[in-house]
Amino acid sequence: MLAHPERFFADRFGLSASVTERLLGGTLARRVDHADLYLEYRVSEELVLEEGAVKKASRHVSQGAGVRAQAGERTGYAHTDDLALPNLEEAVRQARAIADGAGESAVVPLTTLSRPHDLYTLAEPPLATDVHAKVDLLRKIDAAARAADPRVKQVIASLGSEDVVVLIAGPSGWTTGDVRPLTRLNVTVIAEEQGRREIGSYGGGGRTAFGFYLENERWRHFAAQAVRQAVLKLAAVDAPAGTMTVVLGPGWPGILLHEAVGHGLEGDFNRKGTSAFSGRIGQKVASEKVTVVDDGTIANRRGSLNVDDEGVPTRRNVLIENGILRGYMQDRLNARLTGQAPTGNGRRESYAHPPLPRMTNTFMLAGDDDPGDIIRSVDHGLYAVNFGGGQVDITSGKFVFSASEAYLIEGGRVTAPVKGATLIGNGPDALTRVSRVGNDLALDEGVGTCGKDGQSVPVGVGLPTIRIDGITVGGTQV
Amino acid sequence: MSALLDLLTDVLARARTKGATEADAFVVEDQSFSAQVRMGRVDTVKHARDQHLALRVFVGRSAAAASTSDLSRESLGRLVDEAVTLARITAPDPLSGLADQSELARSVPDLGLDDPRGHDLEPEAKIDLARRCEQAALGYDPRITNSEGGDFGDGHARYAYATSHGFRGEYRSSSFSLSTSPLATHNGEMQRDGWYHITRKRASLDAPEAIGRVAAQRALRRLGGRRVKTAEVPVIFDPQMAASLIRHIAGAASGPSLYRGASFLLNRLGETIAAPSITIVDDGTLPGALGSRPFDGEGLPTRRTVVVDRGVLASYLLDSYSARKLGLASTHHAARDGSGVSVSTTNLHLASGDASPESLIRSVKNGLYVTELIGFGVNGVTGDYSRGAVGMWIDNGELAYPVEEITVAGNLLDMFRAVEGVGNDLVFRDRTAAPTLLIGRMVVAGD
Repeated sequence: MLAHPERFFADRFGLSASVTERLLGGTLARRVDHADLYLEYRVSEELVLEEGAVKKASRHVSQGAGVRAQAGERTGYAHTDDLALPNLEEAVRQARAIADGAGESAVVPLTTLSRPHDLYTLAEPPLATDVHAKVDLLRKIDAAARAADPRVKQVIASLGSEDVVVLIAGPSGWTTGDVRPLTRLNVTVIAEEQGRREIGSYGGGGRTAFGFYLENERWRHFAAQAVRQAVLKLAAVDAPAGTMTVVLGPGWPGILLHEAVGHGLEGDFNRKGTSAFSGRIGQKVASEKVTVVDDGTIANRRGSLNVDDEGVPTRRNVLIENGILRGYMQDRLNARLTGQAPTGNGRRESYAHPPLPRMTNTFMLAGDDDPGDIIRSVDHGLYAVNFGGGQVDITSGKFVFSASEAYLIEGGRVTAPVKGATLIGNGPDALTRVSRVGNDLALDEGVGTCGKDGQSVPVGVGLPTIRIDGITVGGTQV
Repeated sequence: MSALLDLLTDVLARARTKGATEADAFVVEDQSFSAQVRMGRVDTVKHARDQHLALRVFVGRSAAAASTSDLSRESLGRLVDEAVTLARITAPDPLSGLADQSELARSVPDLGLDDPRGHDLEPEAKIDLARRCEQAALGYDPRITNSEGGDFGDGHARYAYATSHGFRGEYRSSSFSLSTSPLATHNGEMQRDGWYHITRKRASLDAPEAIGRVAAQRALRRLGGRRVKTAEVPVIFDPQMAASLIRHIAGAASGPSLYRGASFLLNRLGETIAAPSITIVDDGTLPGALGSRPFDGEGLPTRRTVVVDRGVLASYLLDSYSARKLGLASTHHAARDGSGVSVSTTNLHLASGDASPESLIRSVKNGLYVTELIGFGVNGVTGDYSRGAVGMWIDNGELAYPVEEITVAGNLLDMFRAVEGVGNDLVFRDRTAAPTLLIGRMVVAGD
């Protein structure tokens, strides 16, 4: 795919700069506070191996345009998957219709966009890699997983790759584009022993080339982890029920931050006053050991973007600094309405969705504690190292996330593996109970997908080993 | 024949020319509108027009799929080439292929899924429905102080499906939805809840005022939520939450989970898996219902399937491929997406029992009434279940006070075997529906 989004849309669809300017720059811009046009062309491919063979392969092309007009708090949004000019003009007309009734408000002067990052230019994007190499890799994963343990009965390995070209045009004719590669490899294993079956799942990826999976045989690590989890769970005992000390391992358990504080710090909820964190900037919301950032600028990460989906360069935003709430994540609309600057967090699933304030890569900075010491400090508790999904009610602040690999801690030592259990806590309260922060910050392997208002976007999380003094574990062992 | 079916016929013919031995394809065209009003003012209005076409080809016994939103002749040519090329790299599977030709639907029944006139409403009138819905919530009680908005949405879709072995079918469907999510505030505490209605006919939508009122009541009853001590107690699931439980049963009964060995219902056909009061039915033929469709994703006529019959697992939910894998016949539950065929339910429901919900609550001395569940703590392989819950504590047969920040846990098989009461309050508000359900014992974790 072309590296220049402007040229790509001009050559392929005849949508030159003068055409987009005409669509947005004329009648639309004068009557609204903000207007933009978002063009997207996406090609994706998925290969799935099961029962030892790649029997499913698919390729998808989607293209379309989203047009947005905003006046005050009103947003008109129209999208079409037909990029012919008359359709775009109709979309502009529909988006504008909603802004027509708006009162007087000044047009925000657009400053020149700072130079975007270059976080994931690849010599060969994963979509372009020969499909035979991908099929071979999936077969090797299958063989490795089956060889790892005789109890493995089923291996499902999938490899998805996509390339997305976007072009965003603002009302005064500025444009910015991005070409976004993304890939994800997932390994799921079913193990069986004496009639008991269990599942293990592991994977990773990012805005990176296919070679990522081959570095140090990373694919073998993914397969081994999936097998290890499934086999381990065959021997798991019932999880405890009740409130106890919990130690979270590094990496993917950072989903805690995503649910406990991340969503609650998104600008839309805070403008509307519907978040448990609304109006709490400057207040203590976590232990002084806790600093949480959202950083969209880390090279090749799944949650990273050169520019967000409103053309704002991404950046590193400090959300909580030494326990004090410092800022929210903003898109253009909510930033404008609350007198803040956009933070590069305006994201959308596709052209069919208006942007919302969303996270990128959200993680806690490392502390000083030795991870081993943190576990040894707990007499009785739970050590959770892997999780499935999580969810939050941003208004009450209550959040859950489900452990898929966890162990009891007894007398300072990690002992029996326990069955999966949901952990539940209260966002504004949970991080105040963080008493130890390890020196082992790790980002996740690159598998996260976040859902909000029916829109899914790729995200990352990260965490060092931490100790939380009191969180409710939803097991069955009373 | 319609333009959509002509397009599919053309694509299938091209696939044959390029080397496909069999193929099927669907095309969907959708127009939708949505309006959100927040605190009485228009927040977001969306217009959308979507289309895409998906093709699946077989070259011998090797399969591949491709889809595109660009229906130009040139693009569809590329689509065919890509699908056929991909099918040459996938491994042959002797059980792959289209549905059994003799089972294809012979006609496309009119299930009343379409309401073309329902969409003839000016945007302002649609916005007004959203406004009235939110206003009814905001005006219900002074403690309702804020809102996530009132939402109206409608969509009108055309779906056509054709196969290289002779099936051609097409239907239209409408949907209308109205919802609101108010916030209740008291002494610095904030709680949000909501209520909604989705229908195929606009005239069947609940009055906006009725939806707003219920939404307000639901938000208000959460105020003062507290935690409870960890205990093993009876748990009542309200109808919406009981519906979520039968969704997990359907997931475990679906063919792809079974042939992969990833289901707690594997090898249990004919076994008692639930209390005798439990009958779970999936019926794709209900006129005007949200989950109804005249034929499944492989062109087989939809039907009524009893999944659990008085506690006994009576049927799995299968498409052609998973049926062949299991040595059974398709139950006509194929669902299509751009990547191929999977399984989905239609109108899945738990049959009504004879107890009133009030009598179920009265029968519990000390227990939990669940009104919301959050999180993904359900293991489809083992049935292990652990989710965050919100609800009311039941004290001596009365809903005494709201509870939150607790979990409910058990194992789905144990839970369904421990059912002690099924309500008489089944109402279809969604594709999946259930009456109130009383489970004898589950672990509630809190303090």
